[in-house]
Amino acid sequence: MTRKQRRLVLIGGSLTVLAFAAALVLNALRDSIVFFSTPSMAAERKIQPGQRFRLGGLVQTGSLVRSEQLQVKFVVTDGNAALPVVFTGILPDLFREGQGVISEGVLDAAGVFKADTVLAKHDENYMPKDVADALKKQGHWKDENAAHKDAPAKGTVVR
Amino acid sequence: MIVEAGHYALVLALALSLVQSVVPVFGAKLADPRLMGVAGSTAVAQFAFTLFAFGALTVAYVVSDFSVVNVFENSHSQKPLLYKITGVWGNHEGSMLLWVLILSLFSALVAIFGANLPLPLRSLVLAVQGWVAAAFYVFILATSNPFLRIAVPPIEGRDLNPVLQDIGLAVHPPLLYLGYVGFSISFSFAIAALIEGRISAAWARWVRPWTLLAWIFLTLGIAMGSYWAYYELGWGGWWFWDPVENASLMPWLAGTALLHSAVVMEKRNALKVWTILLAILAFSLSLLGTFLVRSGVLTSVHAFATDPTRGVFILAILCVFIGGSLALYSWRAPQLAQGGLFAPVSREGALVLNNLLLTTACATVFVGTLYPLALETLTGEKISVGAPFFNLTFGPLFVPLLLAVPFGPLLAWKRGDVLGAAQRLLAAGVCALLALALVLAWTRGGAALAPLAIALAVFVIIGALSDLIEKAGALRLAPLVSLRRAAGLPRSTWGTAFAHAGLGVALLGIVCESTWNTERIAAVTAGETVTVAGYQARLESVVQRQGPNYREQVARFSIQYDGVQLGELTPSKRTFSARGSATTEAALLTRGASQLYISLGDQNADGSISVRIYHKPLVLLIWFGTILMAFGGVLSLSDRRLRVGAPKPARANRPLQAAE
Repeated sequence: MTRKQRRLVLIGGSLTVLAFAAALVLNALRDSIVFFSTPSMAAERKIQPGQRFRLGGLVQTGSLVRSEQLQVKFVVTDGNAALPVVFTGILPDLFREGQGVISEGVLDAAGVFKADTVLAKHDENYMPKDVADALKKQGHWKDENAAHKDAPAKGTVVR
Repeated sequence: MIVEAGHYALVLALALSLVQSVVPVFGAKLADPRLMGVAGSTAVAQFAFTLFAFGALTVAYVVSDFSVVNVFENSHSQKPLLYKITGVWGNHEGSMLLWVLILSLFSALVAIFGANLPLPLRSLVLAVQGWVAAAFYVFILATSNPFLRIAVPPIEGRDLNPVLQDIGLAVHPPLLYLGYVGFSISFSFAIAALIEGRISAAWARWVRPWTLLAWIFLTLGIAMGSYWAYYELGWGGWWFWDPVENASLMPWLAGTALLHSAVVMEKRNALKVWTILLAILAFSLSLLGTFLVRSGVLTSVHAFATDPTRGVFILAILCVFIGGSLALYSWRAPQLAQGGLFAPVSREGALVLNNLLLTTACATVFVGTLYPLALETLTGEKISVGAPFFNLTFGPLFVPLLLAVPFGPLLAWKRGDVLGAAQRLLAAGVCALLALALVLAWTRGGAALAPLAIALAVFVIIGALSDLIEKAGALRLAPLVSLRRAAGLPRSTWGTAFAHAGLGVALLGIVCESTWNTERIAAVTAGETVTVAGYQARLESVVQRQGPNYREQVARFSIQYDGVQLGELTPSKRTFSARGSATTEAALLTRGASQLYISLGDQNADGSISVRIYHKPLVLLIWFGTILMAFGGVLSLSDRRLRVGAPKPARANRPLQAAE
């Protein structure tokens, strides 16, 4: 084979692999990405039952109910709208009423969000970024971080 | 006082790095050996000062000097000594200090061990290291200074994030950073070669061991991080396709490709231009990883603090270095000489295929990691790209790669013989089919692809071993002769076999764990028994205990299998008073390579406690395989060729050649 033919084989092979990869990526992007919604966004968008999405918001105070077989029910709210959530399993360590939470799952026919994953990780100041942004937009955001980080206020730092 | 001295040392290190960035470049331009010689001494001195700065911060942590903001925010006087020390890099500022410490360490190593490099190349390499170091010193001093004081020092610190109070923090970040930053050496070599406009023989011989070293550390760092997440987060998962994990996987994929293309360049003097590009990409992806983790664009355990100025600063560093190096590449690379020829079917061809698949897989991870960020920036739409995306893209690309792995080492350079290689892999193929038949006969349930994946793993493992058997002539020659031949094989051949076999072992673990793991979630009271995969876990008692800086609720489980008492597991839930947060400490029982995993949930109103029990068959093979890969790397690194093969300086050689 000449140098030119070899180079053609290489380039052809590379393009085949790249085309294959591009097809895989496009296919996967169509099928497996999950959108994020707050309860009011979910209502606005009229998300159909059975479609997976991530629900983010605050756990409404007083809404947590534990029942048989490790089933828990709570309400996620963003101040304007609320959605009841059902989850079976163990809640994460940092799940608290009044705190931010993200759960992933689908709506059932009755409008209850059936979650298979509940995320509320990280430290006590932590608010899932998506939730914080969404709440800020809707004007329900109190900057908890600022309140917590009271001790070393900027002015007291010595250089 | 020591804190101020550390701060000052860091400023001096910045000054030295600026000297190191500028003077050697002029030296190389003017061919002045004295100016070029500045690079080595500044690199070593810069490392010494950074080490002092790091030591000063460590002292502040050990003595709990809460007048330092960084110590106050991330430490606690009651914390065990180990976590006081690891806490130094368990926060944004300290981890960046560790980053530059390792960067300056690598520069110093080049300065010390690079005596046999041509002086212009060595000084240019160190100058490029100086550019990177200077950028990060400015970043630390301007936006993330760990040495700032508080005017009125508090009595007690705010403690380290409890999730990080674990031995994993002592191991994972240093290893990972050694890997990330280690790629800076191959990057600097690439840039130096582009500036010089030529690639010498010394270049290729140097880049490979340094890439290998970085790769070993990165492999171990990722594996340790994964095992840490596995036992600490309490969900029993070992890889979440979290953007931060992807940020470390991308340089690993590019680095693995670089490792293989550097072999072609060293042995056959081909693929030069491509190797340079990979060297740039591997370090660019390391920088991108640093950006993703440190800028706060992602929320995760790794994003210690979010401050927009830092993100913008790192983004600027990222743009300058990646953009600058790629621009330099597109300008200078066409001038580099073309290398040796090879047929598409050959060892070189196999390594090109490896590179192609690895970089494409890396690109899919890149898309999956950055697409949500790009979409949010452009349209405001928030999406998450999770495991399904990566399984659908990364998986299909890795299958042909794994199929090709055993063929590579069996093909000859320049022109190979696929049929011959296939014949020699017959044994591996038969073993794979046997494994397939056994798995199909003995197991029920699980994904349909799992038996095929196991067969693939067996093929990779036996294929790697059959290369060794073939080269030692174990089946053709007398046992003693072949034993001697095996001992005489180059270490890099052994290294290749171990690393490739390790890949198969890890795949075996991944497939078995994800297909046949069993999970039980139950609410239990004392005296109750939960059965998982034949194991009976009986809750004996639940007690409260006081730790050094936390209170914990400990559940004692006794584990039986087939009526035989295996031991006791004590998972716990810790509440840390300083931060008012809790962590779940899972308990693990290891049998062979399989593990029983118990983590605690909440206490219920009726006094029962929620527990999550997993049986994870052969899960340890995942990390055993990666350690085997790293061990293969170490073997390869110890190859004689890489240690003594470097040429002596030209002057010493001349009389010898005359005598011949």
